[in-house]
Amino acid sequence: MTGARRRLVPYFLLGPGLLWLVVFFALPMYFMGRLSLDTGTLETGFSFNWQWSNYHDALSLYDTQFVRSFYYAGVATAIALLIAYPLAYAIAFKAGRWKNAMLFAIVAPFFTTYLIRTLAWETILSDQSPVVHALRTVGLVGSNSGVLATSTAVIAGITYNFLPFMVLPIYASLERIDGRLLEAAKDLYASPAEAFRRVTLPLSAPGVVAGTLLTFIPAVGDYVNAFFLGSTNNHMIGNTIQGLYLTQRDYPAAAALSFVLMAVIMVVVFIYLRFAGTEALMGEEARPA
Amino acid sequence: MEAGAATARLQVRRESALTRAWRWLREHAINIYAGLAIAYLLIPIAVIIVFSFNDPAGRYNYTFTSFTVDHWSNAFGLPDLNSALLTSLKLAGLATVVSTALGTAIALALVRYQFFGRGPANFLIVIPMATPEVVMGASLLSLFLIYGLPLGFTTLLIAHVMFCISFVVVVVRSRLIGFDRSLEEAAQDLGADPLTTFRKITLPLIMPGVVAAALLAFALSIDDFVVSNFNSGTTVTFPLYIFGAFQRGIPVEVNVIATMLFLVTLVAMGFSVWQQRRAERLASVRPDQEV
Repeated sequence: MTGARRRLVPYFLLGPGLLWLVVFFALPMYFMGRLSLDTGTLETGFSFNWQWSNYHDALSLYDTQFVRSFYYAGVATAIALLIAYPLAYAIAFKAGRWKNAMLFAIVAPFFTTYLIRTLAWETILSDQSPVVHALRTVGLVGSNSGVLATSTAVIAGITYNFLPFMVLPIYASLERIDGRLLEAAKDLYASPAEAFRRVTLPLSAPGVVAGTLLTFIPAVGDYVNAFFLGSTNNHMIGNTIQGLYLTQRDYPAAAALSFVLMAVIMVVVFIYLRFAGTEALMGEEARPA
Repeated sequence: MEAGAATARLQVRRESALTRAWRWLREHAINIYAGLAIAYLLIPIAVIIVFSFNDPAGRYNYTFTSFTVDHWSNAFGLPDLNSALLTSLKLAGLATVVSTALGTAIALALVRYQFFGRGPANFLIVIPMATPEVVMGASLLSLFLIYGLPLGFTTLLIAHVMFCISFVVVVVRSRLIGFDRSLEEAAQDLGADPLTTFRKITLPLIMPGVVAAALLAFALSIDDFVVSNFNSGTTVTFPLYIFGAFQRGIPVEVNVIATMLFLVTLVAMGFSVWQQRRAERLASVRPDQEV
């Protein structure tokens, strides 16, 4: 192959896929941005005229759902981290011959449909279920109240549905830790707790960062859990956007909300990565082999 | 005197039993915790399977009334559900083929070549994975609305390929990074042209990665609800069918089909692992390993 042709090869390989992403991911974002500044209704038709007040109107109408989304997603992410870290630790260091079986159990929920998994939680948390009976007996749930249609149910559903995204990256980073480092810590008289705090924990930080983002981002935008497990009092911003787009057909407001959601997520992620370090995410994949 | 000594000994022994129990608990605490977490992950799956054998009293399949296999023998007895399932399978199959081809090519370019524009290309691949699905679905709908494209199977396919590509790239790229180039060089030294080298050497070696990526793409596509809900028009996929049936009560057959899909995925997953192990074995029988 001649040099010039060889230099073109990567572009031939990238071309079709990237074109797809440009036309069907980047371009739609641009159009949504335009749509968010339109005026009009479905009947009169929409026209573009820098209607910035769409943003103000949409936000002042739906600020409750907005704040709620970030609150639910934050709590769910924190709980998922509390469940996932010890679990990933056990799989990486304690599981022995059970390792593959446990990893398998982590991804098993993905083998069933997302909606059906969420519906299964509706069964588990319904008023007639043994779980809710037990909770009532213990007194955690009042005898006349249930779990369904509360924020607890929605957060529980979100936590469950995104838990594997938290476990897998943490496991991957724990798995990579060189056992000799832990031996060295022990030889230098570190107690197990100290070795964990000063060796294992910092080395697994990239996994924690990746896992938190992979859980938090889809959780903020989720509306399936709120729809199935919550009442309208638990609706999240995803429910609002979906309703505005598909039922009320108020496209400008829906587009404005989507944009703000995206922007706020970007800011949160950026601040988070500032504290946690970007190499955590890029790590070894940053440079080509 | 002697009785006192015996009690003391007994106390020591009892204490040590307690200490031992305590130590056992401390040593195994994390395993017990992990076991509970695993149970938490698996319980809903068990619920789905158990309720596929339920004979619910009313329209809603929430309380277990009595055991029946009727819904298993009638699994494909609901025409709407069947057509939704078929649409989903067709859609996922096509989306998998297209996104795997496009994504694998991108991964090859990113890992194998130095070129101008790598940064923006990487960014464009990562950003869809960091975008909430509602935003992705809504923005695509904006595009289709502005161009007046009728919503249906085609728009669904466009959307599914779009959100699968990035995941395919990530999976294939991770396999390519540890790739040994010497086999390809050997093939070229022996006179193979680039295309033959790719077909006979590169592709078989990266195949496990490609298969894993394809399985992931298929799973993402067949499971997608949010993006589909925005761009489906009147086309109904399996998740959209479930969503639509929610208010009037979801038929037990849905649980049956979910269980079937679970088992099929299980087998596919097992196959993928087996194939990967086989590829690793094949790669390890090279005589020049030490060089």
